[in-house]
Amino acid sequence: MTDASMNDAALPKSGLSVTDARTRKRNAAEKRFRAYGIAAISVGLLFLLFLFGSILKSGIPAFTQTVVDVEFTMTQEAVDEAESKMLKTKAYENYFIAALEAQLAERGMDVAFDAKAIQRIVGKTGGTIRSHFQDNPDAIGQPVSFELAASSRVDGYFNGRVTRETLVDSRFLQLSDLDLVDALAEAGIIHGAFNWNFITGKDSGVDNPGGAGLGASVIGSFFMMLVVLFLSLPIGVAASIYLEEFAPKNRFTDLIEVNISNLAAVPSIVFGILGLAVFIQFAGLPQSAPLVGGLVLTLMTLPTIIISTRASLAAVPPSIRDAALGVGASKMQSVFHHVLPLAMPGILTGTIIGLAQALGETAPLLLIGMVGFVAREYPDGFMAGFTDANSAMPAQIYTWASRADPGFYEKAWGGIIILLLFLITMNTIAVILRRRFERRW
Amino acid sequence: MNDMRIVERDVETNDVKIAAKDVQVHYGDTHAIKDVSVDIEDKTVTAFIGPSGCGKSTFLRCINRMNDTIDVCRVTGDIRIDDQDIYDPKVDPVQLRAKVGMVFQKPNPFPKSIYDNVAYGPRIHGLAKNKSDLDDIVERSLRRGAIWEEVKDRLHAPGTGLSGGQQQRLCIARAVATEPEVLLMDEPCSALDPIATAQVEELIDELRENYSVVIVTHSMQQAARVSQKTAFFHLGNLVEYGETGQIFTNPTDPRTESYITGRIG
Ligand SMILES: Nc1ncnc2c1ncn2[C@@H]1O[C@H](COP(=O)(O)OP(=O)(O)OP(=O)(O)O)[C@@H](O)[C@H]1O
Ligand SMILES: [Mg+2]
Repeated sequence: MTDASMNDAALPKSGLSVTDARTRKRNAAEKRFRAYGIAAISVGLLFLLFLFGSILKSGIPAFTQTVVDVEFTMTQEAVDEAESKMLKTKAYENYFIAALEAQLAERGMDVAFDAKAIQRIVGKTGGTIRSHFQDNPDAIGQPVSFELAASSRVDGYFNGRVTRETLVDSRFLQLSDLDLVDALAEAGIIHGAFNWNFITGKDSGVDNPGGAGLGASVIGSFFMMLVVLFLSLPIGVAASIYLEEFAPKNRFTDLIEVNISNLAAVPSIVFGILGLAVFIQFAGLPQSAPLVGGLVLTLMTLPTIIISTRASLAAVPPSIRDAALGVGASKMQSVFHHVLPLAMPGILTGTIIGLAQALGETAPLLLIGMVGFVAREYPDGFMAGFTDANSAMPAQIYTWASRADPGFYEKAWGGIIILLLFLITMNTIAVILRRRFERRW
Repeated sequence: MNDMRIVERDVETNDVKIAAKDVQVHYGDTHAIKDVSVDIEDKTVTAFIGPSGCGKSTFLRCINRMNDTIDVCRVTGDIRIDDQDIYDPKVDPVQLRAKVGMVFQKPNPFPKSIYDNVAYGPRIHGLAKNKSDLDDIVERSLRRGAIWEEVKDRLHAPGTGLSGGQQQRLCIARAVATEPEVLLMDEPCSALDPIATAQVEELIDELRENYSVVIVTHSMQQAARVSQKTAFFHLGNLVEYGETGQIFTNPTDPRTESYITGRIG
């Protein structure tokens, strides 16, 4: 064998169109890797789809409310007569029942019912009607249309949560009432309506899921986010700029750095108990106040903001700093004129992610008393928004989810939809801001 | 090396602008500059030549204290500009850098418009009284950087959108816009084509009228063309320093000779 033929055996000459074994193996490995990737993403998407599906399915009913829609006229005499009675609200209720009977008869329907059944379906109506006429004396003598929320079980009957098979007669609802409900529904007196109260309302008592609304705690969350934004953004960005650009690198700053990373990993409930000890017990700030909630969440968000801000500052190429210093800019000018604008998209994204995290945080709020049932009143005035006892969206959801009445379960899912909408909005803002600032190279 | 055209100007002796004495630079444990003493003259172009990694950039960065920004870097010795110790604690490095401009080895325009790139220095030093003044400075600087014709119609386009060579000329324009007394140029022409190189060399020659220019270059021809003085660095030592003509035609040190004839480097 000559040398030439040996070389030929070791390195067979092949055209580019013939794939050799090594190339085939490499290509196969790449194909396998792609398949793994696609499989992983598909599984993730599937879970996401399932999650959204179940949230929507369980949560949508919270946005509708079954109402009993009755129109009737109270004459001045009727009002006078009712007011002269001992049981005034009972008298109003009788007028309501009479109107209901009249409307049923008008539509040619004949169902027997008593006042007790009506109370089980729409609750005690007299009080509502009486206060309406007391507040609007002009309405006396005019036809007034009352849309009264049906009880949670009737609501459940329309949502499929309560069925004739599962219903056990109780003081809340009886099987015979459902006949009446069906008849009323057929007559168009009972129907579904969009539940504005769920979005704008306050928390209700434990036995009234129909009246529960998220509005007050949305306001609580809003004021907390104001506190978090206005404290954690300036403090976090200033701290990061100092640490990244100005601080000498020594043991002490290393220690600070390590501790900031550690803080980011501290469970949020620890911040809650810290807030309870420092802000409420020591500093004497009011309990359940969004101000305190905001302070606690600021502590929690700061490490996130500092870490992401430092990362985006570090990502700015050092040649830009050299360039600025080279033309005689001071350290501060180089940071504020050149480095910070380039780091801006990263800083904003980090801040909004931090805020979104804070918005969804529940545990520390429970410790400082921002539990759901506190959200019974709207704050009166802007400043009071910070100090009046209030809850926050996730705490309100948690409170609802832990209540016995299944009507609240539905509200919890509905609350989660609203919370997610807020989070999606915030993330969209983050993306938009990022795009805007990036375009300015 | 017959294409090398050594400048045959009368060698006037100028005042010493930068006087370095026993300069040592350490990067942590690396001893990058060893005992360098050199007197750089005013109204003169001084070329630093030497193999890669010999410390040319490091020494250049000592002159405007850019090494201060590197944590591990330690500079000892004595560097004086106009007989003032620039490492004196009383000296503000920011003020020093306004006086000693620099063009970096890699082009580093600000991610801002071409106009803002050049206008930034004059703005922060308050060199322009009004907008039209600033416009004049920008135009003059871009012309001196031999890039005006190419960018005059897109002054507000991003400086980072230019080609590598254009970016380097923009950086030169930016450096001269602040009217420094000393201009340090770290391989300003390494990314330029012969035409732009010729323009930049013309600029350097023009700057010599008023300033002291120090240029690092890997091109022997360029060093020979533009400089009056040449310093040859090798492994952190200043091996030889003298008249450019002298260094290129009759070096005293064998290392210099082997480098310029292409045997080391
Ligand atoms: N920031 C730094 N940290 C540590 N060592 C450095 C640093 N900068 C330069 N050095 C070292 O200092 C020595 C001199 O580097 P310098 O950049 O001055 O070389 P140079 O002569 O400019 O080379 P070139 O011609 O390739 O640009 C080299 O050994 C380099 O490894
Ligand atoms: Mg260099």
